[in-house]
Amino acid sequence: MNFDYSDEQKALKDQARRFLSAESPLSAARAVLENPATGYDSALWKKIGEQGWCGAAIPEVYGGHEFGYVELCALAEELGRALAPVPFASSVYQFAESLLHCGSEAQKHALLPQIASGALIGTLAFTEGPGVLTAERIETKYENGTLHGTKIPVSDGGIAQRAVVLARDDNGPGLYLVDLEGGGVSRRTLSSIDPTRGTASITFDGAPAEPLGKAQDGLAQLARIHDRAAILLAFEQIGGADRALEMARDYALERYAFGRQIGSFQAIKHKLADVFVKNEVARANAYYGAWALGSNAAQLPVAAAAARVAASQAFWFASKENIQTHGGIGFTWEADCHLFYRRARHLGLVIGSPRDWKRRLTTALQRQLAAEQAQGIAA
Amino acid sequence: MNFDDSPEEARYRATVRTWIAANAPDMGGLSADEQRNWHPAHKAIARQWQAAKADAGYACISWPKAWGGAGGTAIEEAIFNQEEVRAGVQFTYFMTGLHMLLPALMEHNEDDLSLARIPPAVRGEEIWCQLFSEPASGSDSAGIRSQAVRDGDNWVVNGQKVWNSGAQIADYGMLVARTDADLPKHKGLTAFWVDMKTPGLQVRPIKVMSGEAELNEVFLDNVHIPDTQRVGAVNGGWKVVISTLMNERAALGSGTGLSWRDVMRLAAQTPAWEGSAIDDPAFREWLADYYVNVEAIRLLSFRTLTSLSRGEAPGPASSAGKLLWSNKTQEMASEAVDLQGHFGLLDGSDDALLHGAFQHRFLWAPGLRLGGGTDEIMKNIIAERVLGLPADIRVDKDVPFREIPHGR
Repeated sequence: MNFDYSDEQKALKDQARRFLSAESPLSAARAVLENPATGYDSALWKKIGEQGWCGAAIPEVYGGHEFGYVELCALAEELGRALAPVPFASSVYQFAESLLHCGSEAQKHALLPQIASGALIGTLAFTEGPGVLTAERIETKYENGTLHGTKIPVSDGGIAQRAVVLARDDNGPGLYLVDLEGGGVSRRTLSSIDPTRGTASITFDGAPAEPLGKAQDGLAQLARIHDRAAILLAFEQIGGADRALEMARDYALERYAFGRQIGSFQAIKHKLADVFVKNEVARANAYYGAWALGSNAAQLPVAAAAARVAASQAFWFASKENIQTHGGIGFTWEADCHLFYRRARHLGLVIGSPRDWKRRLTTALQRQLAAEQAQGIAA
Repeated sequence: MNFDDSPEEARYRATVRTWIAANAPDMGGLSADEQRNWHPAHKAIARQWQAAKADAGYACISWPKAWGGAGGTAIEEAIFNQEEVRAGVQFTYFMTGLHMLLPALMEHNEDDLSLARIPPAVRGEEIWCQLFSEPASGSDSAGIRSQAVRDGDNWVVNGQKVWNSGAQIADYGMLVARTDADLPKHKGLTAFWVDMKTPGLQVRPIKVMSGEAELNEVFLDNVHIPDTQRVGAVNGGWKVVISTLMNERAALGSGTGLSWRDVMRLAAQTPAWEGSAIDDPAFREWLADYYVNVEAIRLLSFRTLTSLSRGEAPGPASSAGKLLWSNKTQEMASEAVDLQGHFGLLDGSDDALLHGAFQHRFLWAPGLRLGGGTDEIMKNIIAERVLGLPADIRVDKDVPFREIPHGR
């Protein structure tokens, strides 16, 4: 039993925080906000690649550093705190995890070393429209080795070089690997709530593609990949939520009204205590998720959904109450509060909404309860 | 990060599980009423179990052997508690004494008379209660008005205590009284231990909104307490109060006896417009929200354990657990009662589902948000001690106690 990072993991996390406070101040995220066409901070991305972070959980045999998943979670927490405007989540939590869990040996050997070094940006393209994604709603087709259709929106779709794409063939949905720099691909960058993590639509018109690993039920594969991404994203969310709380706390100490610090009013104190409690709920569930991810525990689907629900709610709550604590200044373009408000919603929707994940969580819990009852385990 | 038992912990768990299975009292023979806390039959079984644990070295596992404990670790004690809960044999009668009051007594007193109280408490032969709160001293816990006046070798105590859980069955109490009203309020308090049969001490039950009467008020009318039963220094009572609060580990292994599993089973059995309530999207969304919160309470108790295992005190962040637990219990009871529709009104043990367990929690829950630090006090603790926000502006600080304004 150990509910904490190890000393080595803490040292890695501290080092990441120092690196990011120097290399990725909030002005870096703001620069992308002001100039969304850039899509990301390419200089920062290069430096993050040099740190070896992209390969933190990728096995050495595929060119990674194999530090482990808890280490990757620690890095994600720091990237979330910094609102780092880089395609880390798309490349590492989604694309690399797709390859690791569904790819063939040849595909892993070909692409994972480039992801690990930061040389390649990858993404996972699954959505085609508003609302819930079901098998019937997938219109993108895989025929004769090529893809046809449009995925919208695709996170970091404007800058990625490779994508794993959810498409259907005669047997149903499957995952396919495609080179976005090859023929038959056209893309359009899109305006979104959070320009500091770019988004695009990608249209395939006969783009050459290959099945990712063995042909399997693509939606089931996507669910497995998203379970893993959910936990890593939860760490970005708690990093952001903690920082939003710290901003609100610092402002409440610095701002005076009615002759006293506004942080001395219980209306503010109790609000920020509520933020703290939600962040703790998110952290507890995310830590459990990190353990489940690192140890491939049977509890992974429940832990992932719980981490995602709790962390999405916590970051939303912290980011909106941070603006409220700041008062009018918090509503201005110039203040940094809205960067967190935007990022909170981006992270909360990027692999499906909290509502979808609550549905997943209840289903996973029903399954767990049935299994416990079958085994005769007392609650 | 590791949420599994270490090999050592797993071995210990297997050992205590086997021992509990072989020695646990049979609760099956008790009626639903007899299985409720404070019923004489329930208390008799609890005492018998405590004595059996003491004989086997499983009472007060983390206490030093010199105090009658087993000299084990906090993790071992927590594992034992978890296994007791699992086997349905965890009792609360001895917690106030063994987790809060006696460790503070031992910290402040070393005399034979005080130490003689320890072994019978460990065996469950003597039950302790806390005599701190007063009608005018609830959240304002240093606002104590009961007076102790020195009279030779004795102190004469007059005043009133309230919300004393278990005072009706307690053998001893720890009491805090004002010994100098010319000092500021935290500085003029002194702690004592007292035999609950002392003349002048009268216990009256308080019937709470759930209809039960396990809380009491205690009237003190010229109660003579020998100075040998003083705990700590004269006017040093606040330190003793702080010690008891630091020892408060009630959050560990505490539960409501109902979990998300019970609510899910209830929903599966409850008819809805289509199918059963478990298919209702509104219920499913609520359950997911409830689960992430109660799961966090379970996981945060592991963090407390991690701190204890490193010899660190659990920090003020553990207030989050109390706040969550009381609020989520109320929410769960409300949801479970609502799920049943009109039928949810029934709370009699013969007619209601689960013998009225959800309705019972529904009527108890408001007290959970008040006892052991109200929601508002917990939020102040988090805001001030975790987030570092300023304390409230205080009009009673550094003022002699007798000059502090008060209502009736």
